[in-house]
Amino acid sequence: MSAKRQAHEPWLEAAAAERTVWRVLESVLDPEIPVLSVIDLGIVRHVRISDSGAIEVGVSPTYSGCPATEVIRHSIVHALRDAGFDDARAVDVLSPPWTSDWITPEGREKLRRFGIAPPATAVSSPRHLFGQPRVACPRCGSEQAERVSEFGSTPCKAHYQCRSCAEPFDYFKCI
Amino acid sequence: MSDARFRYLLRLADTSLVLGQRLGEWVGHAPALEEDLGLANLSLDLIGQARLLLTYAGELEGKGRDEDQLAFLRDGTDFYNLTLAEQPNGDFAHTIVRQLLLDAWQLELYEELQHSSDERLAAIASKALKETRYHFRYSAGWVVRLGDGTAESKTRVQAALDELWRFTGELFTPDEVDAAMVAQKVAPDLATLKPRWQGRIEEVLREATLERPTDTAYPWHGKRGRHTEHLGYLLAEMQFLQRAYPGAQW
Repeated sequence: MSAKRQAHEPWLEAAAAERTVWRVLESVLDPEIPVLSVIDLGIVRHVRISDSGAIEVGVSPTYSGCPATEVIRHSIVHALRDAGFDDARAVDVLSPPWTSDWITPEGREKLRRFGIAPPATAVSSPRHLFGQPRVACPRCGSEQAERVSEFGSTPCKAHYQCRSCAEPFDYFKCI
Repeated sequence: MSDARFRYLLRLADTSLVLGQRLGEWVGHAPALEEDLGLANLSLDLIGQARLLLTYAGELEGKGRDEDQLAFLRDGTDFYNLTLAEQPNGDFAHTIVRQLLLDAWQLELYEELQHSSDERLAAIASKALKETRYHFRYSAGWVVRLGDGTAESKTRVQAALDELWRFTGELFTPDEVDAAMVAQKVAPDLATLKPRWQGRIEEVLREATLERPTDTAYPWHGKRGRHTEHLGYLLAEMQFLQRAYPGAQW
């Protein structure tokens, strides 16, 4: 093995480890919406690996008071330990604040199939937030849906009902 | 210097915490299931914001106090929330008017605090601001529905407004802590927030066909640790478990 190759190895190892960490994170699910991974939700902000091999995962809360945030941090650490990364921790990243725009296209499709209408996109401006979004029923696709309540079963959801098929459903709010 | 910042953070945190605790009292008692969920959601956001602020305040203080110790083991005279936040829920109209007045205040405040020279506070504010927009839309929507509703709902919401308005002077009356925060570019000058807050409130009141009460000289000092009699009862309930079973966890 050449000296040059040896010099590269720690870097290569770290890169491989980082890829593995991201793959592990794809298996960590939101406890409230168990079809979405933390990657689908767009809440993982960084993965850092120190020289000693310690892993730090930066996670943004969806809402300040969301009780799932702590569960998610624990789940991340446990999943990484199970994958052999003993020295792992999850830290809060508040800024810039998470927006529902960061849910991936796959995540949006998973939400819809799960029966939750995905959020309207490009919401970062308050003007958009204050208008009534067009929400399509996740069952029949009709846009004849009305808002029953701005607040639903979790902080991130509003309660809607479809006027075409009468199905009540959750809508993942823009934030 | 950092003592003033500690105090300032506690004011923000305590206002959110006490208001969140008040809203939590509605759980299981709200007039409709949707409002039960709505008020609980607002409460959850506010308590979440308080946790972030208390954690930061505790770290800044450097005496090893965490969010729980600050929330559950301080006496009333060491709470610095705005007096308005601790006022009892009363009927739904009282709760919703109290919410509107404080939502509009937090909206203007967080808008400015996003640009605070204190990066950690700026990050918390930028997160809280997004949630507060939803809170304001909820409370403003209800004030309009109640004000421009039936004779009964209008009478009640006007009565709530008339009763709670006297606590709003405190929102904009600065003291030496506020002055220190302005000097350090941590917080905005309260005088600049007042016209924006008033404009926002007056717009809602116009749509709700309600009368804006007249301002009164302000004798309330919650943010200086001097409270109405209502805070003690609130803390007695909120702090009971940690006082009775110190360090209890579940």
